[in-house]
Amino acid sequence: MPVIQMREALNQAMCEEMERDPDVFLMGEEVAEYDGAYKVSQGMLAKFGPMRVVDTPISECGFAGLGVGAAMVGMRPIIEFMTFSFSLVAFDQVVNNAPKVRHMSGGQLSVPIVFRGISGPGQQLGATHSWTVDALYTHVPGLKVVIPSNPYDAKGLLKTAIRDNDPVIFLENESMYGNRGEVPEEEYLIEFGKADIKREGTDCTVVGWGHTVLTAMAAAEELEKAHGIKVEVIDLRTLRPMDINSILSSVKKTGYLVTVEEGYPQCGVGAEIAAQVQQHALDDLDNSVVRVAALDVPMPYSKPLLQHVVPSVQRVAEAIKRAIYFQG
Amino acid sequence: MTTVAEPAIKAEPTDAELMQWYRQMVLIRQFELRCAQSYQQQKIGGFCHLYSGQEAVAVGSIGAVRKDDYIITAYRDHGHAIARGMDIHPLFAELYGKRSGCSHGKGGSMHFFDTEKNFFGGHAIVGAHIPLATGLGWAIKYRKQDRVVLCYFGDGAINQGSFHEALNLAGLFKLPCIFLVENNGYGMGTHIHRASAVTELKLRTADAYGIPGKDVDGMDCLAMYKMVRSAADYCRQGNGSIFLEVKTYRYRGHSMSDPQKYRTHEEVAEYQKHDPIGRLEKILQEKRLLDAAKISAIADEIHREVEAAHEKADADPTPELEDVWTDIYAQPFGPYR
Repeated sequence: MPVIQMREALNQAMCEEMERDPDVFLMGEEVAEYDGAYKVSQGMLAKFGPMRVVDTPISECGFAGLGVGAAMVGMRPIIEFMTFSFSLVAFDQVVNNAPKVRHMSGGQLSVPIVFRGISGPGQQLGATHSWTVDALYTHVPGLKVVIPSNPYDAKGLLKTAIRDNDPVIFLENESMYGNRGEVPEEEYLIEFGKADIKREGTDCTVVGWGHTVLTAMAAAEELEKAHGIKVEVIDLRTLRPMDINSILSSVKKTGYLVTVEEGYPQCGVGAEIAAQVQQHALDDLDNSVVRVAALDVPMPYSKPLLQHVVPSVQRVAEAIKRAIYFQG
Repeated sequence: MTTVAEPAIKAEPTDAELMQWYRQMVLIRQFELRCAQSYQQQKIGGFCHLYSGQEAVAVGSIGAVRKDDYIITAYRDHGHAIARGMDIHPLFAELYGKRSGCSHGKGGSMHFFDTEKNFFGGHAIVGAHIPLATGLGWAIKYRKQDRVVLCYFGDGAINQGSFHEALNLAGLFKLPCIFLVENNGYGMGTHIHRASAVTELKLRTADAYGIPGKDVDGMDCLAMYKMVRSAADYCRQGNGSIFLEVKTYRYRGHSMSDPQKYRTHEEVAEYQKHDPIGRLEKILQEKRLLDAAKISAIADEIHREVEAAHEKADADPTPELEDVWTDIYAQPFGPYR
């Protein structure tokens, strides 16, 4: 099976869907002639031409709204935000127009649009460029939120997102674009709302999504090697819909739960998971749910400070030990 | 810079069209009168922005385009919906929050929709639908269709970022969009002189976005028709967008809850001397298409039509509570409860 980078997997997903469906087009800043700020759309202008791979001015509210309008008459825009930090300039289009015109028109309109781009703290970009937007968008009825952790999922989930008839927020991660993984040549899709058990274990359940799946996996391996602790790691893959049942089944087995996110703790995705698990499986829990999140501060520039704010492998490992009352 | 052709003489409407517009304008006026009463009777909730005084704008402009052309507007949307040919019963039903409403009672006054009639709302965040109009225009251009977009908004919208971003994209991509600012002089209670550094709005897009601007008398249905007809020709020929400053006036407050302390009764009375319905009435009388008896008969007939639609909507059932879970996703995944 070919081993390719995450950016190539995303590129393949877009190219295959554009070949399949003439209503699909890609629009955003530097997606065409520059080949993408992170080279995700490399070669696509040459393949599809300037009506289907479209450079925009720096005008997020404008082109996000243009995408929503085009989707209202059946087109399938892929709108790239260079980073989702910039989606906040277009917040009204993303949280009001995209997910609500179906509702406010009594179901007459569909908005089959994908907003995609990077989310997360990035490489020392300072506070305004470092948004982790997963909780912001997961909050909104009418949106779907997808966040892959590896090239295989990235391709299968993005193809599903493009074919989905609802607005999809598709969150990527700058530091993961070069990550490699096996991606089959034959076509496949990944259904939304199906978490993936990345690693089976009996001692503690750890839930991550996107980049934090890698952090959780590293922590799990370290704890197994050092202490023989068997951690089960669940990759949520989509935050809305959220596969809460997979978490409940795992907690029934392990009795302990740790959530790991790069967003903020207050009203974060981990808080939602904790609330749902205590609501549906309080008797299965042998301790309170432990959340690992970014520290509750604006993202600092300085590297040691940044590394202190973002959940590290060590912080996750300590959280797991704390969750399971490990004394060692 | 390409200039807009002067309104073509050939674009004269037929007598039948003139009569149809007259009826539509009277229908809008009476519909809004009934809305005001229903609002006072608390049958209508939320905000309710009436179109009285501005009827010629929607009727003349929508009369100048084809049924397959796209319409999108702001929250003062009753007039455009009626001019586009939506039945008034589902409009009243929407206002009364009924399942039989044009948006199943999910939208209300500010969110009328009818996609079969290419009427894309009804949008309530000021200026937020202007980028959507560029998307409709983009789809037309992408699909090489012979269509145009009519996008309406008030003078309060033109200082929003979304207006400027959308106009730049429309100018840059040469999209077939006619942007109509219905300049009624006030953004809610703020006079345009207190809101805009440049108040001659037709000047604001040509130099900035390469979109020619024209002004037109929005109290004159025929002037609206001629201007929009020529603007639509310009767009259909692939020249890009047009910006029209439509000078109009609203007789009622910004919304039903507006005490109107910012203007005088005299000012309103002055504008009412140039009432758009009265002006068309005069033309039709000169053409011997109308006389006093016919005017009265049409008014009575429309009054009965409005009352019947209102009464039917008022008697319609309210939605089932389970309906809150519908119309959210095309591919639902089970509600989060």
